[in-house]
Amino acid sequence: MRIKLLAVGFLALATAGCERLPKSLDSAGRGAEMIADLFWFFTAVSAIIWIGVVAALIAALFRRRDRTSERNAEETDRAAHDRAARVVVTAVGATVVTLLALTAASYFTDRGLVNLTGDNALTIDVSARQWWWAAEYASSDPSQRVTTANELHIPVGTPVNLKLSSADVIHSFWVPELTGKQDLVPGRQNVLRLIATRPGVYRGQCAEFCGLQHAHMAIIVVAEAPKDFEAWRQRQLAPAVEPATDEARRGREVFLQKPCVMCHKISGTPAGSRAGPDLTHVASRRGLAANTLPFTRGSLAAWIADPQSVKPGSKMPLTQLTADELNAVVAYLEGLQ
Amino acid sequence: MKGDLDLSKLQTHGFGPRTTMFWGTLAFITLEGTAFALAIGTYLYLMSINPQWPLGAPPPGLLPGSIITFVMLASVVPNHFLKNWAREENLPLVRAGLVLMSMLGIFILVIRGFEFPQLKVSWDTNAYGSILWFLLGLHTVHLLTDVADTIVLTALMFTRHATGKRFSDTEDNGVYWDFVVLSWMPIYVLLYWVPRW
Amino acid sequence: MTTEVVKEVHLRDSSLPDNELHAVLARTWATPRGLIGWLSVVDHKVVGIRYFITAMVFLAAAGLLAVAMRLQLARPENGVLGPDLYDQVFTMHGTTMMFLFGVPVMEAFMVYLVPLMVGTRNIAFPRLNSFSYYMYLVGGVMLWIAFAFNTGADAGWFSYVPLAGPEYAPGKRVDFWAQMVTFTEIAALSVAIEIIATIFKQRAPGMRLDRIPLFVWAALVTSFVIVFGMPSVMVSSTMLILDRLVSTQFFNPAEGGDALLWQHLFWFFGHPEVYIIFLPATGFISAIIPTFARRPMFGYLPLVLALIATGFLSFGLWVHHMFAAGIPALGSSFFTASSMMIAIPTGVQIFCWIATLWLGRPVFATPLLFTIAFIVTFVIGGLTGVMVASVPIDLQVHDTYFVVAHFHYVLVGGAVFPLIAAIYYWFPKATGRMMSERLGRWNFWLAFIGFNAAFFPMHILGLNGMPRRIYTYPLESGWGSMNFFVSASAVVLAASFVILAWNIIYSIRKGEPAGPNPWNAGTLEWTTTSPPQDYNFARIPVVGASDPLWTAGGLAEAHGLKVESRELVVTTTAEAQPDLRESSPVPSIWPFLAAVTASATLIGSIFTPWAVVWGAVPVGVTLIGWFWPKSVPEDEE
Repeated sequence: MRIKLLAVGFLALATAGCERLPKSLDSAGRGAEMIADLFWFFTAVSAIIWIGVVAALIAALFRRRDRTSERNAEETDRAAHDRAARVVVTAVGATVVTLLALTAASYFTDRGLVNLTGDNALTIDVSARQWWWAAEYASSDPSQRVTTANELHIPVGTPVNLKLSSADVIHSFWVPELTGKQDLVPGRQNVLRLIATRPGVYRGQCAEFCGLQHAHMAIIVVAEAPKDFEAWRQRQLAPAVEPATDEARRGREVFLQKPCVMCHKISGTPAGSRAGPDLTHVASRRGLAANTLPFTRGSLAAWIADPQSVKPGSKMPLTQLTADELNAVVAYLEGLQ
Repeated sequence: MKGDLDLSKLQTHGFGPRTTMFWGTLAFITLEGTAFALAIGTYLYLMSINPQWPLGAPPPGLLPGSIITFVMLASVVPNHFLKNWAREENLPLVRAGLVLMSMLGIFILVIRGFEFPQLKVSWDTNAYGSILWFLLGLHTVHLLTDVADTIVLTALMFTRHATGKRFSDTEDNGVYWDFVVLSWMPIYVLLYWVPRW
Repeated sequence: MTTEVVKEVHLRDSSLPDNELHAVLARTWATPRGLIGWLSVVDHKVVGIRYFITAMVFLAAAGLLAVAMRLQLARPENGVLGPDLYDQVFTMHGTTMMFLFGVPVMEAFMVYLVPLMVGTRNIAFPRLNSFSYYMYLVGGVMLWIAFAFNTGADAGWFSYVPLAGPEYAPGKRVDFWAQMVTFTEIAALSVAIEIIATIFKQRAPGMRLDRIPLFVWAALVTSFVIVFGMPSVMVSSTMLILDRLVSTQFFNPAEGGDALLWQHLFWFFGHPEVYIIFLPATGFISAIIPTFARRPMFGYLPLVLALIATGFLSFGLWVHHMFAAGIPALGSSFFTASSMMIAIPTGVQIFCWIATLWLGRPVFATPLLFTIAFIVTFVIGGLTGVMVASVPIDLQVHDTYFVVAHFHYVLVGGAVFPLIAAIYYWFPKATGRMMSERLGRWNFWLAFIGFNAAFFPMHILGLNGMPRRIYTYPLESGWGSMNFFVSASAVVLAASFVILAWNIIYSIRKGEPAGPNPWNAGTLEWTTTSPPQDYNFARIPVVGASDPLWTAGGLAEAHGLKVESRELVVTTTAEAQPDLRESSPVPSIWPFLAAVTASATLIGSIFTPWAVVWGAVPVGVTLIGWFWPKSVPEDEE
């Protein structure tokens, strides 16, 4: 009885969190859809093969064995041997055919992924660093280039081309609900093509070990209806919102006087460095520190007060701030919608 | 339980593929050859991904490399004779041959020693310099070890140890020298001529 | 009148009765006692057991690291291991398992078994064998001492650049990793050379190519894979050390180098590496199944061809590790096809094994239980392998826990389970005692259940977005409960290894005595005593069939070898006709001394390039000492 309880407990634990499909099979993107279809096909074939092999093994081990007399042992031996040879040859043949089918299916999906583009594609330059994502929306007109970090917005149904590069080590861009991953390799530019099929907020993580805070390098992709996307884009192109309160104004002063300006740009102010994430519209984003923390007042304070306790090893240094200065900066940044 | 098979009349040393040492040498040659092939592959790979090649420097001067190539090719002749004399277990000729091969090897090493400082790019300047020094260095290490081996064998041939198995070792050493020469040919073409085309 | 030259008359095994023969041979082939004797060993069985014990210690150490990782990952945002320590732990786990356990343990069995199975008295190049063990030991210990001093490698077991390069990995952590690779590659290449020479030249008379045991075939193919594959990691790790130590620019894109160059060179080795571990494991299975099916193996020729095909094809797969790196689609498709193709020879092996069991009369002893565990588990790993061979699928699951699940299924299922089977199988031969069948059954069930429970859910975690090599994960990810289940199951798996260790330790003293052939097996190693005498065979066997112990008239003996000096017979490569008598080297301290000088040079070169220059002299001296002939003539008639 205790064993039964234990087994049930185990199973319950194992299947906990199984209310939804795993993300890469819960497709919100054309690429992920195609890959998920291929994956189910492979899984079905694999299950059949595994069951077949295990069944053959069990049969081989436990089948009834007749006692044959010594006299015709050799003949039945040879007959059995020939039968086995025929079965093995057939199995090998079936293996070859199956593998060919799987290879062909894989190839067709591959071609599908490559063709996930179009004339009206939206191009975004994504540059990865330890441990955050910089993004710039490409445009021939420099004033139309949205610069942001760690959160991308894309219109549903429009092909998106991500041009991937890295400023330091190899990273990998992966949002499983949308499509497969692609590495960001220093010295090269890779391309990842995707098309979102339904609106939503999709989380991904860096998928190539890139150092101490590889675990805290998440990307959020918001897929929205084209007009919502356009509205977002317009808001992002505007310069930074003016601080509305005295405290927020004081915060801007603190920001401009402290080392913050060494790394962070806020357009409409003298701060212009691109070494760290662009903060012009930081409050419009859902997360902080590459989505390690949610964007709340408390998280903002904790992050600014001591980045190393949130993300030990991160490149953001400790800045000496009094409590008032901290509150002021937080008030200022909170207003940067 | 004794059987009929009598092993007592078998010889106690042989030559070439009959011996374990030959196969050991061959396996060693294979793995070294693979390392060379991969280094050559690396050179070609780096060449293919860089729009300009060589990078920031002219190809190495032709003279030292060509002298070495010429001497190496020429050395195949006495090496061939030495291998035959070793098979015949002709001690005086083997001694002479080994002394000659030792001197040729030292001569080649001396030229190579002059060649390195004359290279117009350093190993730390760029990837071209790095792979150039790497390939030349790899081959030089092989030259050094084979010449050292040859010298030791030469010394041995002048002692009381100059017996049967040593002749087999001499032949194997000659086979290894063939490999050192052979492996140099594609490297020579690659380092000195391909960048000039 | 001719002067008769008086020749020394050598005592030969033809002229001696058996008990005297044993006494003389035991003296001739003895390993000397004392510390110097211990360091001068050239007996392949002793060296093989050293490899085995050392590899198992590294298995335990790496296993403890795995337990540490699972403790950290059992809950979201856990604080058991911080990022720096976690990065060292996962790197040391993978590095130790692959370089210090996986390959060396297979080397251990090859070194121990191949000379016995082919009917000779010692491995070819026995001093090189001894040297190779010392190099392996030093390389592994060096890495772990560095780890103990917080200088453990931390860039992953495959150490991608630029993360592992001079700019992003300061300090000596990666240098110790790269140089450990040099030590272990020297050891593995040495063993490969010895195995090839032994199998080609030292087989017993009559052991034609079509009578060689399948494990020996596996060892031969593995050795060729080592010869062609390992130079690649030697080249790449040397380039990495050079980049870090003397500022070469191989991997620096700013100066014409390329980060992907590292990946190509590493994986050109890395893929064959897993076959270096897997092929000997298939050799174990091919040795065990006939014994426990009580009939010769079905499909000897297809199995040999499958081994060769697998070894050959393994060199054509490496880019499948780089599908997400930006390789052009057409190139990637080729590697999808080749990666799928390698499943064919593996399938051939599995079908032939099952056919053998079908045609035979199974005995359900522990070796067979782990063979069953192997087939059931490995096939899952092979099938997920077919999945990741597909570029589109791989683009989702690459670098996630799905891949972690895949490679553990093929490595634990495909190599560790056969290894455990092999331990239970050959333990009686090596020690003269049987292992406990009762503990064996506990071992089997805990391992089988623990492993599958721990690793199957990882497929789902990977599909659900969990990448590899993360020291923690957020609560909102939803990965927490499955990770907890995995960690709990890992404890069960760990327990199975404790049982294995206990069974080994207990049985060495208290196991039931085993005779020469407790399993009634068919290959030559089962004719010797258990454990075998130092000289292996009193007289060299003459073989007339495969499975000579099962064939009437399959086994005879040759005579005529000297007994007061170490002599063995060399036969022709294909037909194994007797050809030469070669002397086998006596115990010597030079391999140890050469290992000392070589180790000092290699470790020194982590800190300064001049170490190579200065070190060359003592290395040269010890090598000359090694090869300088002894005063005793080696080859008189």
